[in-house]
Formats: sequence, C-alpha cells, structure tokens
Amino acid sequence: MKNNKYIYIVLCSLGFIACEPEFDQPLEDNPITQERGTADFSTYVALGNSLTAGFADGALYSSGQEVGFVNLIATKMKAAGGGDFTIPFMNDNVGGFAGFENAFGTRLVIQTDENGNQGPARLNNNVATNDIAARAEGSNFNNLGVPGITSFQFNFEGLGNPAGLTTNPVSANPYFTRFASSPTTSILADALAKQPTFFTLWLGNNDVLGYATSGGTGVDQTGNPNPATYGGNDITDPGVFNALLNGFSTALTANGASGLLVNIPNVTDIPFFTTVPNNALVLDAEQAAGLTGYFQGYVGIVTQGVIAQLTGGTRAPVAAETQAAQQIASQYAFTFNPGPNRFLIDVPVTQNNPQGIRQMTNEELLLLTINQGALRSEGYGSVAVTPEVLEIGAILQAAQIGAGAPPTQEQALAYLNAVNAIDDQDALDTEELTAISTAVTSYNQTLETIADSNPNIALYDANADLATLSSGGITSRRVTITSTLVTGGGFSLDGVHLSPRGNAVIANRMIEAINSNFNSTLQPVEPSLFTFIPVP
Amino acid sequence: MKKLLFVLASCLTFSSIYAGGYRVSIQGQRALAMGHTGVAVVNSAELAFFNPAGLVFLENKLNVSAGVTGIITNTKYQNLDTQQAFETDSPVGTPINLYATYKISDKFSAGIAVYTPYGSRVDWPNDWAGGFLVNSIELSAIFVNPVVSFKVNDALSIGGGPIYAIGGVNFNRNVLVQGNSVSSASGPTSIEIDAEGVTSWGWKASVLFRPTDKLNIGASYQSQIDISAENGDVSFQNFPGEAPQTGFNATLPLPSELTLGLSYQVNDKLLLAFDFNRAYWGAYESLDITFTDGETPASINPRNYEDASTYRFGAQYDYNSKFTFRAGYYFDETPVASGFFSPETPRNDSHAFTSGLSFNINEHLAIDASFLYIYFAEVDESFDSPNDTVPAFEGTYKSNVFAPGLGITYKL
Repeated sequence: MKNNKYIYIVLCSLGFIACEPEFDQPLEDNPITQERGTADFSTYVALGNSLTAGFADGALYSSGQEVGFVNLIATKMKAAGGGDFTIPFMNDNVGGFAGFENAFGTRLVIQTDENGNQGPARLNNNVATNDIAARAEGSNFNNLGVPGITSFQFNFEGLGNPAGLTTNPVSANPYFTRFASSPTTSILADALAKQPTFFTLWLGNNDVLGYATSGGTGVDQTGNPNPATYGGNDITDPGVFNALLNGFSTALTANGASGLLVNIPNVTDIPFFTTVPNNALVLDAEQAAGLTGYFQGYVGIVTQGVIAQLTGGTRAPVAAETQAAQQIASQYAFTFNPGPNRFLIDVPVTQNNPQGIRQMTNEELLLLTINQGALRSEGYGSVAVTPEVLEIGAILQAAQIGAGAPPTQEQALAYLNAVNAIDDQDALDTEELTAISTAVTSYNQTLETIADSNPNIALYDANADLATLSSGGITSRRVTITSTLVTGGGFSLDGVHLSPRGNAVIANRMIEAINSNFNSTLQPVEPSLFTFIPVP
Repeated sequence: MKKLLFVLASCLTFSSIYAGGYRVSIQGQRALAMGHTGVAVVNSAELAFFNPAGLVFLENKLNVSAGVTGIITNTKYQNLDTQQAFETDSPVGTPINLYATYKISDKFSAGIAVYTPYGSRVDWPNDWAGGFLVNSIELSAIFVNPVVSFKVNDALSIGGGPIYAIGGVNFNRNVLVQGNSVSSASGPTSIEIDAEGVTSWGWKASVLFRPTDKLNIGASYQSQIDISAENGDVSFQNFPGEAPQTGFNATLPLPSELTLGLSYQVNDKLLLAFDFNRAYWGAYESLDITFTDGETPASINPRNYEDASTYRFGAQYDYNSKFTFRAGYYFDETPVASGFFSPETPRNDSHAFTSGLSFNINEHLAIDASFLYIYFAEVDESFDSPNDTVPAFEGTYKSNVFAPGLGITYKL
C-alpha cells in the first residue's frame, strides 16, 4: 500500500493518470447509522410551555418556532426512525396578537432610539397582524408546547376554548385555542390522542416564573392544594406539582412510550434577573458625599419623628426614648462611596422599619424590565434630588449647628419623600428568592423521583446546565454560549427564552441525555450555524 | 441602517485572501520544470523574474520568454461526524508570464517582467457545509516589473526594479441573519464583496555571484506590497428585509519574499539547482475590514499567518541539440496556522513534483513545456472561531493540483 502510494505520486507527477484526491477513509465507506436504541421515535410529541413552543424575543413567531430545540431534536430523530414533526406555526415572523399587544406583543429586536442608544424594542412599533381568533394551519400537531402554561393548566379542560379568551378572568390560552382539537379538550388529552411513542415534557417553569417576573407580587401558594384559587403570579404548591407531574408521566408512558423530562432552572440563572446589577448606582466622590450627607439629614428628621411619636409631641423625651429613636433612625444612615453602590428598595413598613426602605443585599436581584432610564437619571433606587431638597438640606445643616430654625414639618416631609426606592415589582428580595428556590428544589425533586423510578423516562438536568451557562458557559461542538444577554449567545432578547444558538446547544444536551438513557445514537446539531443576534 | 450594526459585525470575517496556496509559483516554464528554481540559473529571459541581476550575463542581446499554464485544483472535504462531503468545482486557472530582456552594453541590461503571482480561484458548491466561511473566492493580481542589471565585475552583478501591482478580489460567503434560518427554503443569506483594479507599488532587488565558471550563487528580495481596496462593492443575496448600502475598505499584505539559491554545472549536459524561498507571511496578522457607510462597525479578523519556507531542487539535462529535459521537486510549507484552517485556503504543507522539456526549433526559437503535480497529505483541520460570530468549522481535507504549461523562448 505504501509502495502503491509512491507509484501513484510518480504517475500523477508525470501526468500519466488523472488523479482525483482520495481520502484514506472515504465517507461512503464510513456511514454513521443513527440508532434509536430502546426508544421509538416514530411519533414524537413535544409538551411544555413557551420554551417547548419555540417562543423567543418576547413572542412566538415562525422562524423562532423553526429553530426551537424540539424541532432540532425531531430533525435528528428522523434519521433514527422518527416521523414528521408538525408545528402550529404562527403566520408571520412578527409575533403577537393584533389588538392584544399589551399582553401579546411583537417580538423584540435591537433598535436605535432617537438618542442613538441601542436596545431591545418591539418590532413594528408593537403592531401585530396575527388574528387571535385564527386557527393554525393544519391539525394534529407534534409540537403541543403552549406558551404561558403552568403544571395545572396542562390538563385543564377548556384551556383551548375560544370563548374563554373573553371571560373574566380569562380561562383560555390564545396559543392553545389556535390548535386545540375541541373547545373542551386539554393539552394532555390532545397529547394522548396523538399516541406518542416518545415525548419531551418541560413543564413547571411558569409555576414560579410568573411570581419571579412580577417581582414577587404574587402569593406563595405552598400548602394550598387548590389551584383554582391561585392568581396569575403565584407559586404553585409543590404538593400539587408533585401529584400532577406523576399523573402526567403515568398517563404518557401507559402505552409503553418513553420520554424525556426536563427539570426547572433556578430563575436566578437567567438574564432576565441577572442583567441589571443591583449595584449600578455609580457615583463620583461628590455625588457619594452628597447622598451620604442627605441620609445624615434623613436620620435627623426620622429621629425627631420617632421621638414625636413616642412622646405624642406633648413633652420632652426621656433619655431612653431618645436612644430608641436614634437606634431606629440609624438604619437609614446609608453611606455611599465613589464607584458602584447598591440601590435602595421598598420593603413593607413595620414598627422596626417605619420608612419601609433599605439598601439591597448582595444576593437580591433587579428585573430586566425595570426602568433603566429612571435608574440612571431620575434617582430611581436612591434619591430624586431637586433644588427644593437641596434647600431643605441646607436648612437642616444650619439648624444642626444652631445657625437657624429647623425645617417645617412640610419641608421635613418633602425631604423624606425625595427617597425614590425601587418598587417591589422591579426586584426580587431575599424572602421572595427563598420562596422561589424552595419551590424549584421541590419541583425538581419530584421530577428526579419520577425519572429514577421509571426506566422509560430520562431526565435532562436543565437546572444544572443553566447554572453552568450563568457561571462560565457551555461549549457544544466548538461553540460556547453564556447567559450574558445579547453577547453571550444563549438567550434571546427577552432574557428568559433561548436564542436560536441557545436552542441548538440545549438540543444537543438533551440529545446526549436521550442517547445516554436509551442507548440511541442521535447526532448533534451544529450550533455555529444558528444565529443569536436578532435583526429586524 | 443602524439596525444592522450587529449583523455586519459578524458577517465579514471573510478569511484569508492571500494564503500560501494562492501564491502559485508558476513564473516560468523552464524554471517550473526544475522545481521552480532559478535565482542562480542563467538560462533565459525568465531571469527577469527570478534574478534580474543576472540579465547582464545572458549571452544574447535580446531574450524573450512567454508562457501560460493551466492550473487544475481539486479539493475534497469531508466530515465523518456530520456525514457531509463536498468537493470544489473551480475553473482552470491560467497564470501567464512574459519576459523580455535587452543587453544595452557589456555592463548594462534592461528588461521587463509581466506575471501573475496570484491568480487562483476556489468555488465550493452551493449550500455546502462551509458556506459561512466561504462560498467562492477569486483573486487576481498582475505584476508589471521593469528591471535593470549592472555588471560590477565578471563575477558579480546587481539588479532590480519597481513593481506595479494591479489586483482584484471577489469573495462570497453566507451570513447568519435572523428571520432567515439555515434551513430556510429560500437558502442562506450571503454577502459578496468585490474590488477590481486596485493598484500598488513595490520593488525587487537581487544579486548574482559567479565564483567559478560552473557555480552561480544568487539572492533576490521582493518587497511587501500592500493592496488597499477602497470603497469596494458590497452586495447581499437573499437578505430578509432591506440590505445595507455600503462599500468596504480593506488592506491585504502581499508579503515580502527572499530567495537564496545556487546552481552548479556538473558537466556539459547536466545542471543542478537549489533554491530556498522565505515568504514573510507573518505580516498577515489580521484582516481588518471597514465599511464606508459610517455605521457598520469594522470587522477585525485575526489571521496569525506564519513565515513559511520553500525548498526547491531542480535538474536540467541537455540531451542533444534539439531536446533539453528537466525535472524538479519542492517542499512548500503552509503559512496557515493550525486552528485557522479555512476552506478558502485549504492548503497544508505540500510536496510538488515537476518535469518538462524544451524543443529547439532552431537556434533562436524553442518551445518549452512543463508539468507540475502538487501532492497534499490528507489533513484533519479546523477553523476555530476567532470570535463568537464566526462559525467554527472542521473536517478532513485532501487536495491536489495539476498544472500543465507551455511556453516559447526566443533569443537573438
């Protein structure tokens, strides 16, 4: 063989034979067979919420649905005996529902505003063309992912009833009404009717996400077994979740089907909560000194106020009362340094925190939807300094050294009210974060137990992967993505849903989990061929 | 237009234009047949390219050499992991050379050299897997190089002259644009940049030393020539929505090149030659493209080329008064660094085998023929993303090149 090679070279170099370049191991002799292993991919049904539906950039739109991880996996399954994978496509690449853009807006794109700043904005000035009453083209779809659903809506009969879109409260989901087989069906019922041989189920994100993305304005319903009493932004009782998911898994595997369960990422790993830092109050030396000085004055006024409360304003305080007042007021002696400082947030007014404000802790998070312009220029998260406030500050200072009368009650109140702490809806505080992580841990325990006890169910640990994405990044086929918004490549502009490239990487990770559990050899997709930068 | 800021940041990581593989060394039929040696071979007007200093030692008053070569390049790509295989369908390249020299006096000769040191082209099939790196690339450059030669004494001469370079490039690759996914029925979006008639100046200087009747030693240096395209054309194909209207600016270095060599007349019939080339590709650190619309940010693309050497061996045998036979070999190092291997320069180290002959029609006119075969070992290589927006691409490559050529030599 070696000799033949040299003879070949000599003949080629003399021009005697026309020599095509040939590989030692030509492709035609080395085909890769994609084996299905112990799984049967002939009817794959994708179940879950917006992530499964292919939602991205704050909207469901056709090219996003096309590059959703479930469709990418289905493409690879085809080479291993998989059938067609049909998707209830939206009718355009704009997304949203006409006339309902406040709740269902067009997709986000990076746009330049009149000041030249680039940032995410709704496409077409948030004017959608999809008719909310229109049905998706086709029927009997394989992708039954429905944006927005919680675990208890998955088997809710009537979620696809168009009449429910106009009830109060709304009892239907406009994404499901597009393709529900009947007004009385549930997603689970439609899934079972499809007789899947394989399914993916990623459900439960919205059982905490609504609470999280509303800044914890909802209620932690842990201990309340009746979802009918829940509001839209509540945390689902882990007991409810446990019972439901066990039931769904049993129903879906009853005829011998197998599937992949995906667990719930901790919300603190997604850019919606990690993009705006809680210490983005960047000050120069003069501003820092000014703010620190402002709160010295603030402490003085609060001290007088508490004393007045304790004494009823009718007598001079005793030493203990002064001391108690000073102690309470001292929590407002915030000091600020040149450079980044943590913002102030609103907390409930209590006996111990009569002003209902405090500085954020290191762990607490701000939401991507916070008014960042107000943070930068309107003193949101600190103090809205006006000339009037400065004037009152001067009066206070003079009074302290006995060089003038103290400010009037009105002035003192105006001074206190200059504080512009961050609203509850724009932040997740420690208590809210604990409620979320407790629920997520419990949900994931449920999912792990189900997968452990059923050999026909594999588990993909999305929670671990999203934590890795957030801490360092995941590399798949030479492409690395992180959870940094826009530049990290993993997430779309809404900070919650995946980018096309993020979908490709996550699809590969799920394929690994499927292959590992079912001894199949599904091949990976090429993440580098998927974009992550949304362009109009 | 600003909305495209992010697209174009990613789209023009267009890769190396001037790779080692594109420096097709076919600048003379006789020299090529001898492994493209020639810096110390005093034989014909081909010296005007190889070593202008030697012109003054040519026996005849007027020397003319002209030739044309057909380059047939085949490159195959495959990736067993993705189960994809493609091969190039590149048209035949036709580099030319035209040299004329004239002995003005015993001490002085002058000449002109016109040649095409860059003239290659790579066309990959439509919708091939590496389209995000390159669909097609065409590069052309013609050098016009007047030279003079001065005899210092009977053993030493010097020579050189200015080079006027005229270049052009056309490059097409796919770009990732949202709203037009890879699998979309309409096919991927692509960008094409085009610049023609870009001109630049350089120079060449050389020396020839003849210590004995039998031994010649030569050295030649060609300066780096920067080809700067200004406001070249940019067009998009299959762009979803409104494509940006812009031109582009880019500067591409043609590296300086040093050649050292010797030839030895073993006997009346046999001449042996050896050349060493050093191409200073290290100058090609990065390809920086700016756009003329003032809004699209520049695209900075690291190349990290490395200086590369070529070792050339040649022999010439005067069989009789009618026929002269030649053969040669050279080893050509690639300037492309591992991890920067892109399918528009699918060139690893290569072994080249050459052969040829001259047929003397009469004492003035000869026909020269040459044949070149370049062997590339199979190579597993990758293009690792220099930034987040350039797709990585890996696979196995196998190339070869055939180049039959024909020329004439005229002496008076």
